[in-house]
Formats: sequence, structure tokens, C-alpha cells
Amino acid sequence: MTPFIKAENVCFSYNTGEGKKIEVLKNVSFEIAKGEFVAVLGRNGSGKSTLAKLLNMILVPDSGKIFIDGKQISADTMTEDDVYEIRRKIGMVFQNPDNQLVSSVVEEDVAFGPENLGIPSEEIRKRVDDALDEVGMSEYARHSPHLLSGGQKQRIAIAGIIAMSPSCIVFDEATAMLDPSGRKEVMATIERLNKEKGITVIHITHNMSEAAMADRVIVIDGGRVAMSDVPEAVFSDVGKLRSIGLDVPQITELFYELKKAGLDLPDRIIDAGKGEDALLSFFEKPRN
Amino acid sequence: MMRDITLGQYFPGTSVLHRSDPRMKLILTLIFIVFVFLAKSLWAYVWLFVFTFSLLIVSRLPVKVILKGLKPVLFIIAITVIFNLFLTKGEDLLFECKFIHIYFEGVMFAVYMIIRIVCLILGTSVILTYTTSPVDLTDGIEQLLSPLKKIKIPVHEFAMMMSIALRFIPTLTEETEKIMNAQKARGADLSSGGLIKRAKALIPILIPLFVSSLRRADELATAMECRCYRGGDGRTRMKRLKYSPRDLVLFLVFAAFGTGIILLNIFIPYLVI
Amino acid sequence: MSTITLQNVSYLYSAGTPFEKYALKDINVTIPSGRITGLIGHTGSGKSTLVQLLNGLLRPTEGKILLDGRDIWEDEKKIRDVRFKVGLVMQYPEYQLFEETVRKDVAFGPKNMGLEAPEIEERVKMAAFFCGITEDLLDKSPFELSGGQKRRVAIAGVIAMRPEFLILDEPSAGLDPVGRDTILGGIKKYREETGGSVVIVSHSMEDVAVYCDSLIVMNKGAVYAEGDTREIFSTPEKLYGVGLDVPQITGVTEALRSKGLGLPSDILTVSEARDAILSLAKRRGLL
Repeated sequence: MTPFIKAENVCFSYNTGEGKKIEVLKNVSFEIAKGEFVAVLGRNGSGKSTLAKLLNMILVPDSGKIFIDGKQISADTMTEDDVYEIRRKIGMVFQNPDNQLVSSVVEEDVAFGPENLGIPSEEIRKRVDDALDEVGMSEYARHSPHLLSGGQKQRIAIAGIIAMSPSCIVFDEATAMLDPSGRKEVMATIERLNKEKGITVIHITHNMSEAAMADRVIVIDGGRVAMSDVPEAVFSDVGKLRSIGLDVPQITELFYELKKAGLDLPDRIIDAGKGEDALLSFFEKPRN
Repeated sequence: MMRDITLGQYFPGTSVLHRSDPRMKLILTLIFIVFVFLAKSLWAYVWLFVFTFSLLIVSRLPVKVILKGLKPVLFIIAITVIFNLFLTKGEDLLFECKFIHIYFEGVMFAVYMIIRIVCLILGTSVILTYTTSPVDLTDGIEQLLSPLKKIKIPVHEFAMMMSIALRFIPTLTEETEKIMNAQKARGADLSSGGLIKRAKALIPILIPLFVSSLRRADELATAMECRCYRGGDGRTRMKRLKYSPRDLVLFLVFAAFGTGIILLNIFIPYLVI
Repeated sequence: MSTITLQNVSYLYSAGTPFEKYALKDINVTIPSGRITGLIGHTGSGKSTLVQLLNGLLRPTEGKILLDGRDIWEDEKKIRDVRFKVGLVMQYPEYQLFEETVRKDVAFGPKNMGLEAPEIEERVKMAAFFCGITEDLLDKSPFELSGGQKRRVAIAGVIAMRPEFLILDEPSAGLDPVGRDTILGGIKKYREETGGSVVIVSHSMEDVAVYCDSLIVMNKGAVYAEGDTREIFSTPEKLYGVGLDVPQITGVTEALRSKGLGLPSDILTVSEARDAILSLAKRRGLL
């Protein structure tokens, strides 16, 4: 099966004002399958956000190839319509909820994308209602977004993307500015979109507990793919994550320390509940 | 709190005026303004006055609040009245004291001017700004002016800018407040000193505000591109404005109002300016 | 050492309008001196209002705020002096930078205090030290810096005023783990070396567990609990009740304890948990 997204040796750099060239991505290659939930983990300035903008052609790589749905995307060979079709297919939700909402009425904002696509009015109406329902914001349709909480605004932004019926949504640090309850709302919405609607999700974050919810974690460090595996495997490599400057869940860190001290405990614990069970059975063993 | 300022002075409601098409309301506002200036005789002014207050009542807006809103205009009215009262020369001298001469014509002009200014402001705001949400208003302007696109006037872009401005007013107001607080926390003194000192004190607020607006504009532009925005061409709208019978009735009412002004001017030319 | 005490303080938002709402109601609390205090609670629990009351950006609707026993609003004209004594770093403070150079920006507060140039220079250096701002950054434009660096410059701008109380509203929001540790570590160093008092508003229980000596827990505009960090986190149910959490590691050891493992009830960090579990394993002859 061809992967939904495939990047081959992608390089990207930008010029600073003083004529210096800064390499942001160096030979990045990865594949993402249709319907997969991938978390991209990395420090600020590691090149994560640049990667996102390459996928929907807001930025163009210096070298390397990117394939969407088996077809190579390239500014040279594609028409403007093709480019916008890619942007429809790969929706994007950004960090600051305030800076991506265009209208002072929630439902009109959600309608913005479909309107740009030239969809007939009745169809837009239906899509907007469905999208708002999907993110649980129907009752706010006629409200003004500026009075809503950060989590609610982000859900509106998500609805605005869903209304364009994308196959993939990239969340570019979409939870970074939210409080814990806002994060929970947004993460629940993301999981539902992925599990129920089969939308491919790329969630860019530096929050490890969010990354732990994904099917796979890609760690970007210094513009390169440093790790790519299931969360259990990535987080168990505590030493490497620490050297990159990322956190691991406390439970994983505890198991890492305990095993280092010589306790015979299982690998790949990233979940508090499983950790508790493992420790309980460890201490119960001799009694049996 | 600055955040609570009613934006664009819109009062939500369900009156006939609230529910009619914004394009029609724009047209009616124009008609109204024209006829305010066409009134010439006493009875035409009375008719104008009665019509304006009927609009206010029909709109079911809070009359007291609306009349209070006229306060800032009092100054302009006062000046107009003084000028008309003292500087108009006529035949019928009412009052004389040293160099002050007040003629009957002056008093008449003054009263006419009061009616004209009050009706102009009250009427246009009741027809348009008080009863139309800024979003509807922008839509109305865009669709009403859309024929101008044919002669390359960027109507869509203009409307888009307006609606984005509306969207960002509360955000930037909030941001200004935040930056002011942050600088006050560092001891910035915004409320004392002379004009120059105060103007200087604004620099720590204006620069961050400017920088952050640029950043917001940049991010918003990217977000809009990601949502497939590429100008007005090929764009559809979820809401298409539709004229209803209500709008026709309203139009006829205004036509009757205009005709009334003209007829009164011609047939009862009492105290014509 | 300075003290701040709130006496029956209430704050009403949008007073006199249909939207009026109590952000804080009848609060009595003393901000601990000479320690790092964490202020935790849900969004809307009144934390941000509280910190803005402490340095006189907001004026209480009712009640008094006493700084060293004196009502800070006793003489309205002197409120600026209160702001120098109670330094507040707002959320996302990097958006307040405006000067041509980092040095000038950090000096803005001390300059407003009317200090002499050598004194200002010394304070800028001191603040830069605690915030990990190196000499070469001082002459750069603040707009050239990375997000984390900007944040540290903004914090330095408040530290340079040498406030008796340093209050930070979510200083690590949106930063990656290294950025977070640099800032919180710097604040800790600042506290230890200057002996000042610090208040940190935070949503991260893991962070407050590591960095804060005591906690004030807010809920629905009131103080829900206050005490030593260890004491507050030793009763997780109480926090769960108002929708707050304890650090993951505390939750785990607490669950193990309730299932009969002999672990202490006041574990806050991974290293404490490791030591406790290892010593338990030794006692049971498993190691």
C-alpha cells in the first residue's frame, strides 16, 4: 500500500537578514499511512513547524521530494488549483487560536473554507452544521469567538478545517497555548476525528503525554528525524530523549531509574495504570 | 473594562428594521439622508421629525439609551444654534441689546437646524448602525457594491478587510489592555505629565502593539491560505442575502416619507428657508 | 522581610453592568514570605485577578491589601511604589518588549524607579545573570531573539526592579522542557541568592511539585486550600474534588499505598519515589 504522505530526503533552509543561511531541515524522510495518528515531538526551533508547512505547500523544500497520496507535490508542475486541492486535503490548525479565526461570528468562520472552495450555499450550510456538531460547538454557532475560551476557539478552528472535508489534519502546536481543560477538550476532539472519521492526524507538540496518545511518535532534533516508533518504544529510550532535551512521562522515568538500580521490571511502561500494576505484581511475587 | 464596549453600537433585536435586508437598509439610509436635506418648510420639518421618531419606536430600541447617545452631538448643535441665532439677518427683529440682534428668521433657522441634525443622526443610526450587526453590514456593502467589480474596484477585498478589522477589534483592545498593564507593572507612568511626556509614555505600548499586530497579520494570512483563500474569484457564500416582501414594504414607507416632504414643501410653503 | 496580607478582599468584574461577576469573593490570605509559593487553580478560579490585585493593577471592590501592614491603596498616588515592591510578570511577557536593545529594555523598570545610571547597570547585570542572558545578547535587539530568550528578557525586566515579591503568571507556558527548566531554575536560584519572595501561577502540578515550597489553591473565586506543597499534595482526593490533579508520580505512589505497599504519603518527585521504592524492595529482600 502506498503511504498517504511520504517525504524523501527533504531539506529546507531560510536566509537571515545578514545573508546567512540557516538549515532548518536536513534530509528528512518519513512515511505516514492513511488514518494514522502521528505525534511529532521536538524542541522549539527543531524544525517541526517548518515540516508542517511543507506538507501543504505553504513552503517549498530546497531539495527532496514529498508525495501526497502517491503523487509528488511540486510548485513547478502543479496548477494553482492542484495546490489548493492539496491545502483542502491537508488541513492545518495553528497554535494561536486568535490568529486563525477570520469572522466575528462562529458559523461564518467555519464557512470560510468551504466558501473559498466555491461550494454551493446549501451544501456549505450543511457542512458547517455538521462540523460544529462534530466538535460539540453547535450551540455557539451565532456567538462571537472572542468571548469563548481558548479550547473552544481551537475547536472552532478545527470545525473550520473539517468543513473542507480534509483527509488529514496537521495540528501545529495547537494545544501549546491552552490550559489543561482546553488541552483535554482539543485532544478528545482530535482522537475522535482520528478514530471515528478516519482522518489522518499529525500532531506537533512538545507535550509528551499528548504524544503518548498517538499510534507513532516521530522525534525531530536539529532538523533531522531522531526517532520514529510507537510511543512505548520512543519514551522507553529515556537517555536519548533527555539528551535531546525532551521530557518523558514521570512513570517511564521512574521505571528507567528503578531498572537502572537493578529491579527486575518490565520495559515500555508509559501509562500510570500499567505502571502501578507492574509494581504491585513485582512486590507480590515472593509471597506466591 | 474596555472589552464591554458595545461594538458598532449594535443593539440585537427582532424588529422589522432588524430583520430587513442590510442592502435595503443601506439604500434606505441614502434615501433618508437626501430627504432630510430636501425639507424646506415648517410642515416638512414636522413631518421629518414625526417620521424619525416613529422609526425609533418601530425599531423597539431602548429610547432612553438612544437619546442619551445624542449627548456628544449637543456641542455641535449648540454651536449651530448660536451661529444661526446671532448671525442670521432678517426683517423681523425680536430682540436687540447693544451689538446683539436676534431676528425671527434666526430663531427659525436655529430650530430647523436642531431638527435636521437630530433627525439625521437618529434616523441613520436607527435604520442602519443600531439595527444591523457589523457582519451583516459588511455583507450588505459587499453585495450592494458588487457591480463595481466590473470596473475593477476591489469590492470583495475591501469588505474582507472590514470584516477582519471587526473581528480583531476586541482582540487588539484586549491586547492593548494587557500591554498597558505589563508596562504599568514596570512602573510606566501613563497618566501624568504634559502632552509630550504623555506621548512619549505611549511608545512602550505602541511598539509592542505594532509588532504583535504584524505577527498576527502574518499568521492570519498563512491560516487563510491554508484554508484555500485566494481572493473573491470563484468564492461562494453560505448566506446569500435575499430581499423579502418586508423590504418592499419598508421601501414603500420610505417612498411615502419622501413624497410627503416634497408635497409639503410645495403645497404648504409656510416658513420656507 | 516584607509581607502581603489580603483582608476580606472581593473583586467584582464589570461592576454596574449586566455582566457583573465576582472574580474573587471575601478572600483572606497571607502570601508566604521568603519562599516560592505556587498559585494553582482552574482557569476562571481567580488566580490572574489575584495577582493583578497584589501589585495594584486592579483595585479591590471590597477589602484591603496590606503590604507590610499598610493598605496599598491608602495613597493612590503612591501605587507605583507598590508596583516596584511587588513585581509582576504577566502571561506571555515577551510581547511587552519594545526597546532597541535587550539592555535598554531590562533597564526600563529601574529607570522608571528614578535610579542612577551605575545602579541601573548593576541591576541589569544581576537580572541578566538570573535569567541566563549572556553578555552578547544584551546589545542585541529583543526582536531578534528566540521565543524562550525573549521570555527571559521580559522576566529580567521585572527582576531588575529588585521587587520584594516577584510574581510570575505562568512563566513557562508554551515553552519546551529545556526552556521551562531554564526559567524555573533561574527563578529558584534568584530566590535562594536574594532571599526574596516568589509567587508562581502554574497549571503544571509537576512543576510546582519540584519548584514550590508552599501552595495556594484557588477555586471559584475563593482560597480552597493553602499550605506546604507536600502537605497539599498528600491529600489527592481533595484536589481531584475541584478538578485539579497531583503530579503523576504522586498519584502512582498514592495508588500503590492504598493497595497496601508501605510507601510514604508525601512523595513529590521521581527521585523521591525511586528512593522509597528501592528501600521498600530492600526491606522485602527483593534487591
